[in-house]
Amino acid sequence: MTKINMTVNGRAVSAEAEDRTLLVEFLRSGLNLTGTHVGCDTSQCGACLVHVNGEAVKSCTMLAAEAEGAEVTTIEGMANADGSLSTIQAAFQEHHGLQCGFCTPGMVMSAAALLKDNPKPSEAEVRDYLEGNICRCTGYHNIVKAIMAASGQLDAIAAE
Amino acid sequence: MYNFELVKPKTIDEAVAALADEEAQALSGGQTLLPTMKQRLAAPDRLVSLANIAELQGVSATGGVVTIGAAATHATVAEKAASAYPALAALAGHIGDPAVRNRGTIGGSVANNDPSACYPAAVLGSGATIVTNAREIAADDFFEGMFSTALDEGEIITAVKFPVPEAANYRKFIQPASRFALVGVFVARFADGVRVAVTGASNDGVFRWSEAEKALSGDFSAAALEGLSVASDDMISDIHGTAEYRAHLVKVLTARAVKAAG
Ligand SMILES: Cc1cc2nc3c(=O)[nH]c(=O)nc-3n(C[C@H](O)[C@H](O)[C@H](O)COP(=O)(O)OP(=O)(O)OC[C@H]3O[C@@H](n4cnc5c(N)ncnc54)[C@H](O)[C@@H]3O)c2cc1C
Ligand code: FES
Ligand code: FES
Repeated sequence: MTKINMTVNGRAVSAEAEDRTLLVEFLRSGLNLTGTHVGCDTSQCGACLVHVNGEAVKSCTMLAAEAEGAEVTTIEGMANADGSLSTIQAAFQEHHGLQCGFCTPGMVMSAAALLKDNPKPSEAEVRDYLEGNICRCTGYHNIVKAIMAASGQLDAIAAE
Repeated sequence: MYNFELVKPKTIDEAVAALADEEAQALSGGQTLLPTMKQRLAAPDRLVSLANIAELQGVSATGGVVTIGAAATHATVAEKAASAYPALAALAGHIGDPAVRNRGTIGGSVANNDPSACYPAAVLGSGATIVTNAREIAADDFFEGMFSTALDEGEIITAVKFPVPEAANYRKFIQPASRFALVGVFVARFADGVRVAVTGASNDGVFRWSEAEKALSGDFSAAALEGLSVASDDMISDIHGTAEYRAHLVKVLTARAVKAAG
């Protein structure tokens, strides 16, 4: 066991972990941040997606020890400071971008990573960016709609 | 996943020393190795992370050669090689999905030599040179069949050097579940001839389609491929596509790549 230190959602944290501990296990079991989900555990589905130093990463496919010293953001860090939903989260709610909600943390984290680099994506760019996020419920349509709405472009999709 | 010891060397020399142990294995982006270890198809006693070695990072271009550090991620190559070698950057920008591209590296992809991976096609198609801690290996001598390369035990790739062609393009027919190439073709036109490398198709891994190279070196147009055909004997046949289908795709994608390269 080694002590691992990182900043998660702006808070310095440290916990003991084995070298084989995955980042997602560290977050869920070590820090009790269970918003990050494990869907496939085979690097396919994106339910475990978090940001490491600002970049989208599948936390089931990264060792916790590799995130030593990093800034990690999870779904728990996405709400506004007053606890209200962020623009992206509110858009998912408003546009019915979730059904069972299992994929949603990863979808929101993916959407946030996309909009940071590309604040006004086209619908095709949104769909392309979500290539690594699998949803078994929604058929993606309302997820795409929510992200377009969050980027202030609901007109672009409503017009189609 | 069985437990292991993770070490994080800061220099190539330290990494090579840490890999001298037979049970040690290099860890780069982990996008292939960690899933493999979860399935217990690999169970190294020690993982040697290559992520903290400054010498393995970076993309640079000088004198018609683009050099990519082995630990450069696909996302980094997509961004940093875009002006110097656009076809290579575009290939890197379409590997897997954004999160895979933020972690996966060129060194890991080339060392792994998955028969359906994208980078081997660019490396072989460009006639690149694989630089290791010990030597330089020409692409033509590097890939030795599915998941097999000329790398020795404990030898690590430090960089890949790509001569920049006059024109090039990569066409990938995506296998939508895995996002790897069902078939992918990389075409590169140099002053002294054309190279065509095919991934995803053969049971022997990436290969050069020499008939097409000859035809295209005389006439760099899709029409030059018309009389040619690809034998399906050694092609991969699986639930996603028969050997005949893959052989057909090789020609179709080569033609598309030539058209797109212009
Ligand atoms: C969902 C998903 C989709 C993918 N889609 C594609 C795709 O479309 N096209 C594609 O080409 N790939 C795809 N990949 C594979 C991806 O590109 C991997 O990143 C890559 O194959 C391995 O690189 P890595 O840096 O992650 O290596 P690792 O997983 O860390 O290592 C892979 C192997 O290479 C060895 N190794 C690593 N670095 C070195 C080095 N410098 N020298 C010597 N040996 C080394 C390791 O010991 C290990 O055996 C996908 C992966 C996933 C999970
Ligand atoms: S749980 Fe990590 S990608 Fe599915
Ligand atoms: S809402 Fe159920 S998996 Fe996406």
